[in-house]
Amino acid sequence: MSKPNDLSQPPLRHRIVTVALLTVAAIYFLTPVYWLVVSSTKSSSDLFGTFGFWFHDPHPLDYLHRVLSYDDGVYVRWFANSLMYAGVGALAATLLSAAAGYALATFRFPGREGIFNVILAGVLIPGTALALPLYLLFSEIGLANTYWAVLIPSVVSPFGVYLCRIYAAAAVPGSLLEAARIDGAGEARIFSTLGLRLMTPALVTVFLFQFVHIWNNFFLPLVMLSDSDLYPIQLGLTSWQGYADRQPELYQYTVGGALLSVLPLMVLMGVLQRYWRTGLTEGSVKA
Amino acid sequence: MRARPRRLTRTEARGARAATGFLLPFLALFLLCFIAPIGYALYQSLLKVERTGPLGLGGETTQVWAGLSNYAHALQDDRFTAGFGRVLLFGAVQIPVMIAFATALALLLEAASARWVGFFRTAFFLPYGVPGVIASILWGFLYVPGISPLVEMAHSAGWDVDFLGRGAVLWSIANIVTWQFTGYNMLVLIAQLKAIPGELYEAARIDGASAWQVARHIKLPLIRPALVLTTVFSLIGTLQLFAEPKVLKPLSNSIDSGYTPNLAAYNEAFTSNNQHIAAAEAVLLALVACVLSFGFLRLVGQRGKDGERG
Repeated sequence: MSKPNDLSQPPLRHRIVTVALLTVAAIYFLTPVYWLVVSSTKSSSDLFGTFGFWFHDPHPLDYLHRVLSYDDGVYVRWFANSLMYAGVGALAATLLSAAAGYALATFRFPGREGIFNVILAGVLIPGTALALPLYLLFSEIGLANTYWAVLIPSVVSPFGVYLCRIYAAAAVPGSLLEAARIDGAGEARIFSTLGLRLMTPALVTVFLFQFVHIWNNFFLPLVMLSDSDLYPIQLGLTSWQGYADRQPELYQYTVGGALLSVLPLMVLMGVLQRYWRTGLTEGSVKA
Repeated sequence: MRARPRRLTRTEARGARAATGFLLPFLALFLLCFIAPIGYALYQSLLKVERTGPLGLGGETTQVWAGLSNYAHALQDDRFTAGFGRVLLFGAVQIPVMIAFATALALLLEAASARWVGFFRTAFFLPYGVPGVIASILWGFLYVPGISPLVEMAHSAGWDVDFLGRGAVLWSIANIVTWQFTGYNMLVLIAQLKAIPGELYEAARIDGASAWQVARHIKLPLIRPALVLTTVFSLIGTLQLFAEPKVLKPLSNSIDSGYTPNLAAYNEAFTSNNQHIAAAEAVLLALVACVLSFGFLRLVGQRGKDGERG
C-alpha cells in the first residue's frame, strides 16, 4: 500500500464531498445514542416536558444510583446474568466450535462432508424458529425456566464451526501435524498445543460473535424464562417498560438502564472492530 | 510401495477415531438444540388437543392425531399470511436499501483520507453493539409524540409526522433494523475490499479510469461474495423479525398480534395456549427461510457463472 501520492490521492473537491457524506451518515448513527446520554440525566417528568436533544437540570449520578438500587438492585442481578450467559456461553461455544472445526479440517474420514453440510444448513435455520420448539422440548424434560435453558442452546454455534473449519484448513499445516504425530504426541495434545494456538485469530472472532449474539438474544430467554431472577438485562428492561404506564418513574429507569446496558458492548465494539475484520473475511470469501 | 497404503489406512482409522472425540461434544448438542427441536416441532404440529369431558367441556384433554389440519389452519389464518406478506415486503425494500447504504459507506470510507476513517468506522459500527430490544426501546422514544424531539422538531417546522401510524410503522421498524446492521454489513464489505490487490486499482488509474469507473467495474464485482453473504444473513434476519414489533406494539395501534410470523407463533403459543398451531407456524417459518436463502444462493450462483462465461 505504499503507492505514489499523486496517483492514489483523490482531488480536494472529492475529499470534501466524501467527508460531508460520511458526516451526515455519522449524525444518523449517533443521534439516538446522543439522545440516550442526554435523557439518562433527566427525571421522568423532564423526559416528557423538555426538549430531548438538550440537557435540563442534569443529575446523572443520582439517576444512575436509582436505576441500580430500584427493587433491591434487581438491575445488577440482570447485568450479572447477562454477563454469565454471554461469557460462559461464548467461551464454551468457542471451544466446541474449535474442536469440531479442527476435526473437520484436519482429519479425513467417511461422512466428513455430509456432517459439514448438515452443520452449514444449521446456519440458515432462523434461531427464533427453533426457540419455540426448543421451549416445548425443554419443558418436556424439565429444563425450561432454568439457567441451563438459555445456556445450553447458546453454546451451539454452527457459524463458529464453519469459521473454524475454513480457518484451520488455511492456518494449520498438515505437515506440522504429521511431524507432531511422528514425535509421538497424542491428538488431544496436538490440538491443545498446536491447533488452538494457530487458530487463535479465528477463535477470538468466534468468541466475540457469540458473545454479542447471546448478549443480544431476546427471543430465547423470553420464551424460556418466567422467573425474573433469571432474566438477562434486555428482558428485565422490557418488563420495566411494560410497567411504566402505571409507574412513570420506570420510564426514567428504562432509559438509564438502557444506557448502562449498551456501554460495555460499545466499548468492546470500538476497541475490537479492527481485530474483528480477520474473521469476517474468512467468512465472506468462501460464501 | 506396499508399506504406504497400509500406513495410510492406519492413519485414516486413527483420524476417524480422533475426529469422533473432537466432534462428539458439538454434534451431541447440535442434535439436542437443532435437530431434535425441528423433529419435535414437526411431531407437535401434526397433533391437536381434544377435550374428552361431557360436551367437550371437561378438564380432561388428550393429544390426538391432526394430520395437516394445523398447517391448514395457519395458512387459512389471514393474519398469519398477512404477516408473511408483510415481512417479505419489508425485506424486499429494507435489504436492498441497507446493502446499498452499507456498500456506499464502505466505498466512501475506502476513498476518504486516513485521518477520519477510524472515527467514522467506529461511529457507523457502534449501533451493532446495541441489542435489538434496546434499539427498539430507544427508537420507540424517538417515535412517540410527547417525548420525541424528532416529532417536536417536525411539528414546529409545520410537518405532521406520525411514525407509528398504519402506513408508517413498518418503515419505522425498517429504520431500526437499518440503523443497527448497516455498519456491520459495511465492515464485512470493507474486509473484502481490503483483500483486493492494490495493483489492480493502480493499473486502472494508469489506464485513465475515474474513481466511479473503478468502483463500478473493479470493486463491486470483486466484493460480490460479501454482498451475497450479507444479503442472505439479512434475509434470514428479516423473517425472524420479532423484538422490534413486540417492543413497539404497546406504542402503536397498527401492530396486531400477528404482525410478523414470529409474533404470531409466539402469541399462538403463549397467549392463545395453542402450541400445536404455534409449532406448525414455526415449521412454516423455518421452511420459508431455508427455501428463500437456498433459492437466493442458487440464483446468484447461476448468474455468477453466466457472468464468467459472458
